Amino acid sequence: MNEATSTNTISKLSQLAVGAIGRIKSIPAESAVNQRLMNLGLLPGMMVKIVQIAPLGDPIAIEFARQQISIRRTEAALIEIE
Amino acid sequence: MSAAAEAPRRLARVAMLGNPNTGKTSLFNSLTGLRQRVGNYPGVTVEKKTGVMQLGQGEAELIDLPGTYSLAANSPDERVVVDVLSGHVAGIERPEALVCVVDATNLQRNLFLVSQVAELGIPIVVALNLWDSALKQGLNIKVDDLSMKLGVPVVTTVGRTGQGLPALRAAISQALWDKPAMTRIEWPESARQAEAKLRESIPEEVRNQLKELEVQRLLFDADSPIVDRVGWDREDARRVIDEARQPLWDAGVNPLAAEALFQYAHLKKILDGVIVAPAKEMPRGSESIDGILIHRFWGLVVFVGMMFVVFQGVYAGAGPLMDLIDGAKEWTQDLVRPWFESMPMLQSLVTDGIIEGVGAFMIFLPQILILFLFIALLEDTGYMARAAFLMDKLFNWCGLNGKSFVPMLSSYACAVPGIMATRTIDDPKARLTTILLAPLISCSARLPVYVLLIGAFVEPQLGPVWAGVTLFAMHFLGLFLAMILAFFFTRFLIRTKPQPFVLEMPAYHAPRMENVLFRMYEAGKEFVQRAGTVILAITVIIWALLYFPRPAGLEAEETKAFAAEHARILGLSEEDAAADIAQDEDLGAALQAHIDGAYVDQSLLGRMGKTLQPIFAPAGFDWKITVGVLASFPAREVIVSTLGIIYSLGGDVDEESGDLRQAMRSETWDDGAHAGEKVFNLPVVFAIMVFFALCSQCGSTLAVIAKESNWKWAAFAFAYLTGLAWVGAVIVYQIGIRIV
Repeated sequence: MNEATSTNTISKLSQLAVGAIGRIKSIPAESAVNQRLMNLGLLPGMMVKIVQIAPLGDPIAIEFARQQISIRRTEAALIEIE
Repeated sequence: MSAAAEAPRRLARVAMLGNPNTGKTSLFNSLTGLRQRVGNYPGVTVEKKTGVMQLGQGEAELIDLPGTYSLAANSPDERVVVDVLSGHVAGIERPEALVCVVDATNLQRNLFLVSQVAELGIPIVVALNLWDSALKQGLNIKVDDLSMKLGVPVVTTVGRTGQGLPALRAAISQALWDKPAMTRIEWPESARQAEAKLRESIPEEVRNQLKELEVQRLLFDADSPIVDRVGWDREDARRVIDEARQPLWDAGVNPLAAEALFQYAHLKKILDGVIVAPAKEMPRGSESIDGILIHRFWGLVVFVGMMFVVFQGVYAGAGPLMDLIDGAKEWTQDLVRPWFESMPMLQSLVTDGIIEGVGAFMIFLPQILILFLFIALLEDTGYMARAAFLMDKLFNWCGLNGKSFVPMLSSYACAVPGIMATRTIDDPKARLTTILLAPLISCSARLPVYVLLIGAFVEPQLGPVWAGVTLFAMHFLGLFLAMILAFFFTRFLIRTKPQPFVLEMPAYHAPRMENVLFRMYEAGKEFVQRAGTVILAITVIIWALLYFPRPAGLEAEETKAFAAEHARILGLSEEDAAADIAQDEDLGAALQAHIDGAYVDQSLLGRMGKTLQPIFAPAGFDWKITVGVLASFPAREVIVSTLGIIYSLGGDVDEESGDLRQAMRSETWDDGAHAGEKVFNLPVVFAIMVFFALCSQCGSTLAVIAKESNWKWAAFAFAYLTGLAWVGAVIVYQIGIRIV
């Protein structure tokens, strides 16, 4: 990873716009949702794409490892993206 | 096959497991056909499906385990899987082989569960399902290499077409003999140390019963329910498990993330060189469709349209079929009635009691079949998850999730199919809450009550605009209260642990007709079985309350009084009047209506109505309304015909009946504080409508609640709904009389 990307701002998964792609930096294991997501293969270093945000602003649909999963915004706010 | 001849008569037990949305149920149905039994696992509302499958010349029992992503036993579903596989469910022996159904288009994630299960050492066959989709996506999976690396047979299948099924059957029967064990993960030193440490700290007598898999669940999962089996209290468990996890922390791994990290590293090695992804990523097909179906604007448009079709289908489409059942009911009554001519009590029991009651229940069958047709289509295509995605926010605040939407909507037609539809909600807490609240949604059986009262009182007195507003308000009231109650139920009443909201949006598929028909058949079969048992009992009880004590001489007395009245009006002699009545059909019918009214008046239920009237007095109900309310507890639509009987118009009036409306308008209080005043003023009318909107007046619904949860919750639903209805009616009446 070159200097430019590593100094890129770290943000939360919930802050990404529709269509944006990010790399998982950290995913706190204490949340039940995150445990489920890790069981589905969402681990640090993995690329994740925001597919859609529901009409009422919540939940959001994300794509990783050939699957589309939807989670709530409050949970996505725990996941750090770089 | 000589071995087959010696095989014991007891069938071999095979269990099927896999992630949701892998076509597992479809494969199960293909393997077992209609030879299935559906029930519940002991003590939990997790559906247990077993069937018998043909294996070459032999047979084996096949258990369809609930679809799960992981063995981390958070939900009752996952716990059942762990318990069955460890042999800890009473009455279910540990399976001798496993069929692991995996989605070929997402192999890595699907193999996670399989690799967890491999720790048990039970022989495994992997069914690589949705093989056609994988080929279409350009995935090149080297099946033989995969089989070699996993150490177990891998069979490619297409559940939709039945492709690969013979090979799967052959592989299963082979596996029962060969007992192929799957390659297990090589745990890093830290995990092995932690597991050994944990095992040592488990009391010896329990330790020997626990499978290695269960110790791993204790080690890796947050709040594993297996703690209860060990006999630790929460404090002990936390202390002992934390201590055992230390080697993982020392190795720099968070224990709660450890299993995922290790397993996926292991799977990556297994799959290395086995899957050759296409040079150019092929679209999975779902993206372009999802561009519209979950679009922020168009998604909603399609959703509303879709739900309109479902609702119309259930609400209106079932109409002709329901009329047909109603006609069949009446035809049977007419057919049977003469058989019992000499035994009036038996005649009444059979025709007015059993056929009427069971027929009134069976009338919901078309709605159930049509709703399950739509549900099967929505689920089979993958749209149901999108609908839940679109609607989640609406339900999230009160502790439910988007999957409650379809059951709630269906309940506008009828709560019975609505409650059955809650099976699509996988979070047990949200499911139970939805079951308990579905009866609040204003079902189509309430409509006759609204139409009668709005037509007779609201429209003439307040005008058509307020009539429309009232009808809308009555339909909105239940939903509004349901949402508020959900907020409290999910927080204070239902103690189940909430499920993490992680909703898979599966790839779209064309629905498979066989699956759809099977869902309808299953739902219909269960419903009809209900009619033969619980409903029959409720029906007979209410019939008896309305029939007895039937004082001898009442009929003669009423006939005499009726003839005397007729004679007085027309100035005839009593004999001429009696002859007149005997000849004139209309007069005869009017007499019969009077006699029926007198019997209801005298019946146990009629007496209960008079006794219980003081309870309903704060809502402005007189004893006749009270009898109507009581008689409507088995089925609320009965109110209209009961009022017809009570007002001596006969039971075959309907909500549009001018006579009934007139009779109600002219009804006055006989005695008491309001003597001489009209019974039906607007506050009373609204109080009755609110009562009917909220009350639990449907034996069928209670029976279905009991079936989908248990009798305790059905009793609770009855109590809270009836209490709520009384409070609502009293508030409406008391406020009403102060402002009118």
